[in-house]
Amino acid sequence: MTWKESSWPPAHPGPTNTSSSTPARRWGSTSTSSRWLTSVTSAAGCTCTSLRRRRRRRRTWSVAKARLLKPQEEPEIEIRPETLVIGGGISGITAAISLSNQGFLVHLIEKEEELGGMLLRLDRLFPTQIKSEELLKPRIEAIESDPNITVHTGTKVRDVSGFIGNFEVEVENRHDEIESLKVGTIIVATGAENLDPVGLYGYGEDSRIVTQLQLEEMIKDDGLGEFETVVMIQCVGSRNEERPYCSRVCCSEAMKNATMIRESHPESEVYILYRDLQTYGTSYTPLEWDAKKNFVKLVKYDAQRPPEVTPEDEAVWVSVYSPLLDEDITLKADLVVLSTPLIPRDDAKGLSQILKVPLNPDGFFMEAHVKLRPIDFATDGIYVCGTAHSPKEIGESVAQALGVASRAAIPMAQGNLRTAAIVSVVDESKCSGCGTCIELCPYNAIQKDETGIARVTAAVCKGCGVCGASCPERAITMQHFTNEQLEAQGLAALGRVDD
Amino acid sequence: MAFEPRIVGFLCNWCSYAGADLAGVSRIQYPPNLRVIRVMCSGRVDPSVVLSILAEGADGVMITGCHIGDCHYIDGNLQAKRKYALTRHLAEKAGLEPGRLNLEWVSASEGQRFANLVREFTEQVRVLGPSPVSGDSPDPALQLNLNAAKAAAEGFRLRALVGKEEKLVTEGNIYGEEVSQEEWDQMMTEAVETEFTRHRIHLALKEHPTSVKALSERLSLPSKEILEHVVALRQRGMVDIQEIRGSSPIYMALEVPQ
Repeated sequence: MTWKESSWPPAHPGPTNTSSSTPARRWGSTSTSSRWLTSVTSAAGCTCTSLRRRRRRRRTWSVAKARLLKPQEEPEIEIRPETLVIGGGISGITAAISLSNQGFLVHLIEKEEELGGMLLRLDRLFPTQIKSEELLKPRIEAIESDPNITVHTGTKVRDVSGFIGNFEVEVENRHDEIESLKVGTIIVATGAENLDPVGLYGYGEDSRIVTQLQLEEMIKDDGLGEFETVVMIQCVGSRNEERPYCSRVCCSEAMKNATMIRESHPESEVYILYRDLQTYGTSYTPLEWDAKKNFVKLVKYDAQRPPEVTPEDEAVWVSVYSPLLDEDITLKADLVVLSTPLIPRDDAKGLSQILKVPLNPDGFFMEAHVKLRPIDFATDGIYVCGTAHSPKEIGESVAQALGVASRAAIPMAQGNLRTAAIVSVVDESKCSGCGTCIELCPYNAIQKDETGIARVTAAVCKGCGVCGASCPERAITMQHFTNEQLEAQGLAALGRVDD
Repeated sequence: MAFEPRIVGFLCNWCSYAGADLAGVSRIQYPPNLRVIRVMCSGRVDPSVVLSILAEGADGVMITGCHIGDCHYIDGNLQAKRKYALTRHLAEKAGLEPGRLNLEWVSASEGQRFANLVREFTEQVRVLGPSPVSGDSPDPALQLNLNAAKAAAEGFRLRALVGKEEKLVTEGNIYGEEVSQEEWDQMMTEAVETEFTRHRIHLALKEHPTSVKALSERLSLPSKEILEHVVALRQRGMVDIQEIRGSSPIYMALEVPQ
C-alpha cells in the first residue's frame, strides 16, 4: 500500500518509533484560548420538543454564564497513534486493516480463538452470493502478515481508564494473564448474537426445527439431506413487545436461502411465512424477485394469529392463517426454519460499563447522535461500528467500519489535542492549609507545598470540582464552572438578570 | 394563569446531562419547568449555590448525578450525597418545605427515567405551590432564614465538617477512632443549628443594630441563647458593640471579608 510507504502522517512520529514510549502529555505547552468565552446550551438537553412548544422561553441562563466567562489556558495532550479494536469480526477486521493502511498501530482483540466472528458460520453472502471465506480469508491473511496489527485472540477487555489520546486498557487472555495496553482511540466492534428461540415454534424439541443460522451451517457442511418441503417463519422473537426492532437481515437471508434450496433441490417446495417483507433498497428487492421466479411460495401471516408448529413422527405440521386468502393453510414440512433476530451480546452491558458508554433500550451500543454523530460515542475517542450498534448486513457493517477508521484517524493524524481548561485553581491568599481538598480529590491532584498551601497539579486535575464545592475557606475556584457563574445561571433561569 | 413551577436543575456532565440529551433526541416529552445547568460532577454542587438560588425564589432545585459506583470521577456522587444532606438540613431549618429539593441518579442511557423524574418532581413542586420567597412580596422571615442558611453553608465550620465526613465516617479519625454515622449526624445537627442561628443573628443585626432583648423577640429565641451566640460572634469578629443604650448594649454586624 502506498500509504504505508509514504511518511504519513507527515509531521507526526510514525507508529514504529512510538510504540513503547509513554505518551508524552505535553502539559508544558499551553495556549490561551478564547473558545472558553462561549457557553453552549444543549437544546436537546432542554427538551427540544418542549422548546418548540414554548418558543418564548429563551435559554437565557447560558447567556448569564457567558457574561462571566474568561479566556482559559488550554493544556495540550498528545494523541497516541495507536488503536484498540474490540472484536475480530468483519467490522473489526475491516477497521483494523484500514487504520493500519493509514499508518497507525492496531491492537485487535477477539474473545474467541479465531478471527472471523459471525461470518465463520455463514455460507454464501447475499446479494453477491460469494462464499464467506472469499471475503474473510484474504483479510485475515493480510492482518496476520501486517506488522502494524497485533492480534490478541482468546482475549477480553477487563478495564479501561484514561481519556482520548491516552487510554490505558487492561486485557485478559485465556490463561488469566493480564496485559496492559496504551492506546489513543478505541473502536467497539463486538458484533451481535443470533437469538436462540427456545420455546418458540417447538424449537429445541425437534431436530427438524432449526434457526436460519443453523440452516446456513447445514448448507455450509453439505448436511442438507433429502426433503420435500421446507417452511421458513419470519420475525421469530422480533418486532414484538420484548424486541420491538426489525433485525434487518432476515428477510433477505431467507430469500437467498430459499432460492438456493430451490436451485439445488428442484423437486422441493419452499414456503416463507412472513409478516412484512423488508427486502429493502436496490440490492435486496431483486432477491425477492429471484425467489418468486424460483417458485418460492410466500405466505403472509397475521402477527395476532401466528403459525402453529406441531412436530409428529412423519413430518412437522405447520398450520397458518393467511389473511390474504382468509383461510387456514396446513403444510407438511420436513424442515422448519425460524428467522430469528440479531440480539445484543451478553457481555455488551459489561463492556458498556467498562467504557462508560451507553446502550440503547434494545441493548445495542448507542451512538452520540443518530444523525449528526452516527458512529461516535459521546465520550471522545471511542467509536462504534457493525452489529454491536444495531442489526445490519455485511455491506453496511463494512461501510461503518471504514467510517470509524476515518473518525479514529482524525485525532491520531492531528497528533495532539487541546484539552478542556476545566481545572481548579487555589487562591493562595485565602488558603489556610486545612487539607480538606487534598483528602477529597479523587485523583491526588492537590498537594501542600512547602509553605503549607494547597497546590493543584493541572495535568492531573480532571475538573470535577469537588474541591471547589468543599473548600472551607472558599479559596478554590473551579475554572469555567465558578460559583458566581452557577449562581448567575440560576438567577437567569428564574428570569432574573443582574446588571 | 396556572402556576408553573420554576425549577433549577444541576446535571452532571457525564451521566445525567447525557441522559437528558437522550431524552431530547429520543423525543420523550417532559415538562419544560426544569431549567438545566450543566456541572462537571454532581459533587461540584455547592450547598451555598443551591441555597442562594432558593433564597432568590426558585420553586424547586433538582440535582442529578451518576448512579453510585458509576461516577466518572470515581466517587464525586458520594460527595454530592453528603453535600445534599447539608443543603436539605439547612433548608429545613430555614423553614422551607424539603419537598422543593431533590437528588436523583440518572445514567446516560436513562432518558426515560430522566423524563419521569422531572415529571414527578415538577408535579410534587406544583402541589407545594409557589415558593414563599418568590414573587413581589416574599415572606421576610423565610427570606432572612434562607439567607442565613446560605451564609452558614458558606462558613468554614459546616464546609469543613462535610468535607471530612466521608473519611471520618468510613475510615475513622487520625487516632483510629471510629465515628458512627449516628454520632456524626447528631454532631452535625448541633453544628447546623448553631451555625444557622448565628448567621440569622448576624443578618438580623446587619439589617439594623439592636439589643439582645429585641433580637430575642424578633427571632423567637431565649435571650440567654442569643447572648451566647452574640459573644461567639464577637470573638469571630462578626459582631461588635455599637453603643450602650440605657443599660443594654446595642450590637451591630461587621462586614465579613469574603
